[in-house]
Amino acid sequence: MRYLPHTDVDVQQMLEQIGVSSIEELFSGVPENCRLKKPLAISDAKSESELLLFLKGLAEKNSKTSDWDSFLGGGAYNHFIPTVIDQLVSRSEFYTAYTPYQPEISQGTLQAIFEYQTMICQLTGMDVANASMYDGASACAEAALLAIRAGKKRHKVLLSQGLPPQYRETVATYCRYLDVDLIDVPLQDGVTSQQELSALLDEQAAAVIVGYPNYFGQIEDLAAIAELTHTAGARLVTAVSEPLSLALFKAPGALGADVVVGEGQSFGIPLSYGGPGIGFFAVRKKDMRVLPGRLVGETVDQDGKRGFVLTLATREQHIRREKATSNICSNQGMCVLMVSIYLALYGKQGLRKLAELNYAKATYAKNQISQLKGFAIPFAGTSFNEFVVTCPEPVARLKKRLEQQGILAGISVGRDYSDLKNGLLICVTEQNSREQIDRLVLALAGGEA
Amino acid sequence: MMSTEGRGLVLEENLLFEQSQPGRVGYSLAAPDVPMTVPDAALTRTEIQGFPELSEVDVVRHYTRLSTWNYGVDSGFYPLGSCTMKYNPKVNEAAARLPGFTDIHPQTPEALNQGALELMYNLQRDLGEISGFPAMTLQPAAGAQGEFTGMLMIHAWHEANGQKRRKVIIPDTAHGTNPASSALAGYEVVTVASNGILTKEAVAAVMDDDVAALMVTNPNTLGLFEADIRGICDLVHERGGLVYSDGANLNALMGISRPGDIGIDVMHFNLHKTFSTPHGGGGPGSGPVGVVEKLKPFLPLPVVTKDADGYKLDYDRPQSIGRLKSFYGHFGVLVRAYSYILSMGGEGLKRATELAVLNANYIRARLEPVYTLPNKQRSLHEVVFSEDGLQNECHTLDVAKRLIDYGYHPPTIYFPLVVHGALMIEPTETESKQTIDEFCDALLAIAEEAKDNPELLKQAPVRAKVKRLHEAMAARKPKLRWESE
Repeated sequence: MRYLPHTDVDVQQMLEQIGVSSIEELFSGVPENCRLKKPLAISDAKSESELLLFLKGLAEKNSKTSDWDSFLGGGAYNHFIPTVIDQLVSRSEFYTAYTPYQPEISQGTLQAIFEYQTMICQLTGMDVANASMYDGASACAEAALLAIRAGKKRHKVLLSQGLPPQYRETVATYCRYLDVDLIDVPLQDGVTSQQELSALLDEQAAAVIVGYPNYFGQIEDLAAIAELTHTAGARLVTAVSEPLSLALFKAPGALGADVVVGEGQSFGIPLSYGGPGIGFFAVRKKDMRVLPGRLVGETVDQDGKRGFVLTLATREQHIRREKATSNICSNQGMCVLMVSIYLALYGKQGLRKLAELNYAKATYAKNQISQLKGFAIPFAGTSFNEFVVTCPEPVARLKKRLEQQGILAGISVGRDYSDLKNGLLICVTEQNSREQIDRLVLALAGGEA
Repeated sequence: MMSTEGRGLVLEENLLFEQSQPGRVGYSLAAPDVPMTVPDAALTRTEIQGFPELSEVDVVRHYTRLSTWNYGVDSGFYPLGSCTMKYNPKVNEAAARLPGFTDIHPQTPEALNQGALELMYNLQRDLGEISGFPAMTLQPAAGAQGEFTGMLMIHAWHEANGQKRRKVIIPDTAHGTNPASSALAGYEVVTVASNGILTKEAVAAVMDDDVAALMVTNPNTLGLFEADIRGICDLVHERGGLVYSDGANLNALMGISRPGDIGIDVMHFNLHKTFSTPHGGGGPGSGPVGVVEKLKPFLPLPVVTKDADGYKLDYDRPQSIGRLKSFYGHFGVLVRAYSYILSMGGEGLKRATELAVLNANYIRARLEPVYTLPNKQRSLHEVVFSEDGLQNECHTLDVAKRLIDYGYHPPTIYFPLVVHGALMIEPTETESKQTIDEFCDALLAIAEEAKDNPELLKQAPVRAKVKRLHEAMAARKPKLRWESE
C-alpha cells in the first residue's frame, strides 16, 4: 500500500529491536474477549484510478448549482470563489499542520488567524473575535451560553422567530439539559416585533438573539432592539447568516450589539452540501474572558521580535475541563484561511461593490416578481439578497414545475412558518445573471423559459 | 533603506493591513446587468475602517510566505500524541474538490443529490462495520461535538426511561473535552483515578444509581488498552448506566477490536485522525457518532436513510435530540474519509493499525533506555515518557523546543496530566523506519545535550522563524487584533 512505507526487512528489524517475534504479540494487551474474530467486511482496496472513477460516478449523480438557475440561499450562499483561494489553501504547509501548539513553527497559521480576527472585528464593528467556531448555528448556540454565563443569575434567552430555523433548533439542542429557558419572540411584518419583545423582556433575560439580516433577508432595526434589550439589562446577540450584507449595512457593533456571531461560508468557502463552513464570533472587550474558542494574540520572542501565540487558554477545556467556557477543541483552520484570503482579495472596495451588486440584483428580481399576478411581497422592509414571496399555488408544486425548467426556485418557508404556507424564500447573488432572473420571473408566471 | 534584514530564506512579511495601499484592488466583478439601486442611506455603513486594499499578487505572496513559516505533515515527522498526524493522501483532496461535491447546495431536493446521500449512507455503513455499531450520525462537526452529541443521547435515553441521573464518571487520563462535553450535556463530573489502566474495582467504588454514564477512552491516552473494559461495561450496565467511548485512539484498533462488540454504547470517531483527513491548521474536523440499537431513536436530525425510492434525509424522528449545526455535517471532510476507506480496503485498515502499533513500540524500545517510561504495560499506538531523569533542570518544554532545531514537530507535551512532564509520542503508520530512527537519534542526542550543554535546550529553538515566544505576556496584555496607530 502506497501510504505504508514498511518493507518486510524493516518490520523484522523493528520486531527484533522491540524483542517480540510477531506484530500479533504487540496486541497482547487486548484481551481475547475483546478481539474481533473475523476480517472487516469492507470492500477491497481500490487503486487510485479506480477510486477516482468511482467517486466521479457518485459526484455526477448530484445537481451542481452551476448547471441550474439556482435561487437557493437560506443559510448557504452561492458566491463566486476566486481561483487564488484554492491555490493558496492547497499549500500543504497550511492544511497538513494542526493546531498551532508550537508557535515557533506555526507562525503562518497564527498570523493568518490574527489577521482573520482583525477583519471579523472590522466587519462586525466589534472589539474581539475568536479564531472561529464550527458554523453559524453552533456559534449562535455558544453565544446564548455566553450570555447565560456572563448574565449571572439570568436564565432566559429570547429568540426572535426571524432567526434561521436551523439556528433556533441548534440553540435548543445546546440548551436541552441546561438551566435555560428559551422564549420565542414573534415577528411583525417580517421583523422582530418590538412590542412583543418589550413585553417579554424582564430581569431574568440574559440575551435577545436576532438575525441580521434575518431568515427572510430582512434588515432588523437593531438600534431599537438594542435599546430595549439593554434597558432590561440583557445582551443583544446578532446572528448573521449572510455576512456579505455587513459590507453594505451598518455594522451590528455600531448599533449596539454585544455579541455578533454568524456563518462565514459566503466568503470563499464552497457550498459543499452545507459543510464545512465557519462560525465567526465577536464580542466587546468586557466579555473577552468568557469567550468560547481559541484566540490568537500578539507577543514577542526572546529577541523582542513580533510573533503570535494562542492565548487566554485558561478559558478552555484542556485546562479548565468541566468548568471551561466551551467544550470546543478546534477551529475551522482551513476555512479561516479561505475567508481571510477572500476578504483580502475583495478588500475595502470590492466587498462593498459586491454587496451592492447582490442588493441590486435581488431588488430587481423582487420588483419583477411583485408585478406578477397572484404573487406578493409580504414584507415592506428592506431586504438584502434574499426575500420572501407568497405564491398563488402550493409551493411544492411550483418548485417541481420550475425544476422541470432547470430552475431551483428557492426554499419553502411554510414548514417552519405556518402563517406563510405559500411562502417562497428566493436568493439572488452576483452568480445570477439578469437572463436567469428573467427566466425565473417568466416561469413563476406560468410561462416556459 | 536596503539591508539584508528580511531577506534570505526566512522571509519577513508584514500584516495585511500594514501593506494596504488606498485604491489597490485584488478582485474583478462583472459589469452590472440590472439597474444599480441602493438601500436607504440611513441603513448603510460608511467604508469598513482599516480593511485591507491589496492586489492579487500582494495576497498570493502574503499567504505563500506565511505558509513557509508553518510545519505540516508534508514538511516532516509530526508525532503529536493523541492527534494521529498521519499522511493526508492527495487523492482525497482531489476527490473532495470534484465539482459534483463542492458545488451542491444543501437545500437542493434530495432526489437531485442522490450521489451525496449515497456517499454518506455508505460511509455510515463502513464506519459501523469498523466500530461494531448499528447506527450512526455524521453530523457532528468535530470530536468534541461528537462527545456532546453522544452525551445528549445518553441523557435523552435516561429521560425517556423516566430516569433522572446526574453524574458521569471520567478517568483522570481523559482529554479535557470529555468533562467539558459532559457538563454541557447537563452532567456533574466524577473523576476516577486510573493508575494507568482503569479497574473494575475503581469504577465500582464510584458507580451508583445516580450515574448516567462512564466515559472512557480506549485505548486510553497512555496508549494502553483498557483490559477490564468488558467487566467494567457489565458493571455499569447492571447499575443502569451507559458507557461512552472516546474514539480518539481508534487508529490502534481497526480490525483488532470493535467497541460496539465489547459493551460500549456510544462512540465518536475523529475522521481527521483515524481516517486521514487533513487537520487543516486546527480544523475542520468531523466527529461522527456510532450508537447501539436502543439509542437509535435519539440520533440528531436529520438521519440519512434508504428505501425503495432511493436515499433520503429523515426528519420524522420524534425522540431525536435535535440538530447540532446547520445541515448535515462536514460533507467535504466526509468525502475525504470515504476516499481513504476505499483506498485502504478492510485489510489495509487493519494493516495501518498494526504498523501504527509497531512504530510506537519501536520508538518505545529505542528510547526506553534513556527516557523514563512510567507505565510499563504493553502499549499500543502511542507511548508516553516523563521528564523525570532529564539532567540539569531541563524540562519537557526544553526537549520539545530543541526538537524543533533538529527539524521535527515536537510530540504532545504535558498531557496526559497523570504523567509528570509528559512527552506523548504517536508516530502513526505512515512513517518509515528510517524516519523514526532519525527522530529517535535526535531525542537521544538531546538527552546527551541536557547532560553536557543544557543551554542548547533552554535557548531552543534557534533555527525557527522566531525564538521562544513570551506566552505569559500575550495573556497579561492581550492584543488580539491589529489596530491602526
